[in-house]
Amino acid sequence: MSIRDRLSGNEAIAYAMRQINPDVFAAFPITPSTEIPQYFAQYVADGKVDTEYVTVESEHSSMSTCIGAAAAGARAVTATSSAGLAFMYEVLYVAASSRLPITLACVNRTLTGPININNDHSDSMGARDTGWIQIYAENNQEAYDNYLQAMRISETPDVRLPIMICQDGFITSHAVENILLEEDDAVKAFVGEWDPEHALIGRDHPLAVGPYDTCPYCMEHNVQQAEAMKNAKRAVLEVAADFERTFGRHYGFFESYRMEDAEVALVLIGSTAGTAKACVEKLRAEGVKAGLIKVRVFRPFPFEEIAEALSGVKAVAVMDKSEGYSGAGGPLFAEVRSACYDLKDRPEMIDVVFGLAGRDCAVGDIERVYRHLLKIVTTGETGPRYIHMGQRTSEKEVL
Amino acid sequence: MSISAKNINEHSPWQEMTPGGEIYEGGTARLTKTGEWRSDVPVWDPVKCRQCLLCAPFCPDSSIPVVEGKRLDFDFDHCKGCGICWNVCPFQAIEMKKEVRE
Repeated sequence: MSIRDRLSGNEAIAYAMRQINPDVFAAFPITPSTEIPQYFAQYVADGKVDTEYVTVESEHSSMSTCIGAAAAGARAVTATSSAGLAFMYEVLYVAASSRLPITLACVNRTLTGPININNDHSDSMGARDTGWIQIYAENNQEAYDNYLQAMRISETPDVRLPIMICQDGFITSHAVENILLEEDDAVKAFVGEWDPEHALIGRDHPLAVGPYDTCPYCMEHNVQQAEAMKNAKRAVLEVAADFERTFGRHYGFFESYRMEDAEVALVLIGSTAGTAKACVEKLRAEGVKAGLIKVRVFRPFPFEEIAEALSGVKAVAVMDKSEGYSGAGGPLFAEVRSACYDLKDRPEMIDVVFGLAGRDCAVGDIERVYRHLLKIVTTGETGPRYIHMGQRTSEKEVL
Repeated sequence: MSISAKNINEHSPWQEMTPGGEIYEGGTARLTKTGEWRSDVPVWDPVKCRQCLLCAPFCPDSSIPVVEGKRLDFDFDHCKGCGICWNVCPFQAIEMKKEVRE
């Protein structure tokens, strides 16, 4: 039986970690993820877990600790945000290329600079090419549920890639919401134990991890890693299916909300989906065929499935909660527009960069985007494809 | 089943290599002939050599084989010509020359 409770997103992650009882937690604080190691430290002090809680001197060290622990055969976890994730950058690649399943709770916060502690996705989007699986949550429930699924995806033998479970800093990490928790025994049974065939300790044969890879071999290992990321698509769906059988809540690559007959649609990531759903309902009541795609799995990116979901839609706005500084749109736009290239009948598509560094996005803001899409459909003129929303400007606003 | 290092070479397809290049046994460096990196080559003079064996532990590449208390000629499959043995030899029994390849 599920347990009804009220928790913040950070509490929910720490609660899941206690239930899983990982072997190693490498802890270094950074706003807004600090509460995760803080709550977990209390579990350690109270004897609720027997995790080796390693307080390190930096995020480069926390990830390095996880790498060493995972290579030794341990289940290793950490949590970070923003500059902390950026400081891990070098070793994020080492974790992925060494094919070590490590679970990182990423509480999304903008990257410095200018220095700011509020939410956007620039931290994890900056790490999108590091070879980590990335799963994003709309709310506390999803953060908890995604965390329960993380290790099984990451540890799948033909995947063996580290995984980031992302949630929006403050918006979900610090806001207390109703949540359904699962019982400890049920969680332990679902997550299971990790017993890798090869490990640095506890095995009857030696192991070398991360040896120097000369030119005749390195590209083959890169290709193996690329194949592992493709395999992760299957693993994500398999674990989600078992999660639904076990706990009754459904997950996939993304959530399609009122997309069945949608003529205009948004594609976005994270907590803004809740705001957008309220707007979709408002517009639907007026007879507007509005829909929403909330991307849950960004790495591996579900190209074919997103394209299929957007085929038949007349105009799409991708909403990027990070800039990307490509000069032509954010990272989500790049993927979604690329995914739709293979469609025979492509929707018109624009990118709306919004919510940077905690800039608020309300139902009325989302409505302006849908109204803009309706205008594109009516006039047949797409206008600028790369726009920002929510900033003060002395020019006439596109939206 | 684990893949042995001896079964991986420059013709192995990616499907037949270990994940992330991990290695499940020790001493695999001897399978890789690194002596071809050498530009200088040590030449050992067995007459001047007093078998003091100072050179062998100084060799960073374990390229001076010692059998029954006596050193043999260099393992040129792995010697990189660094000259440390030449530097530590008290009897000038090692001379460094330019490597000549056909």
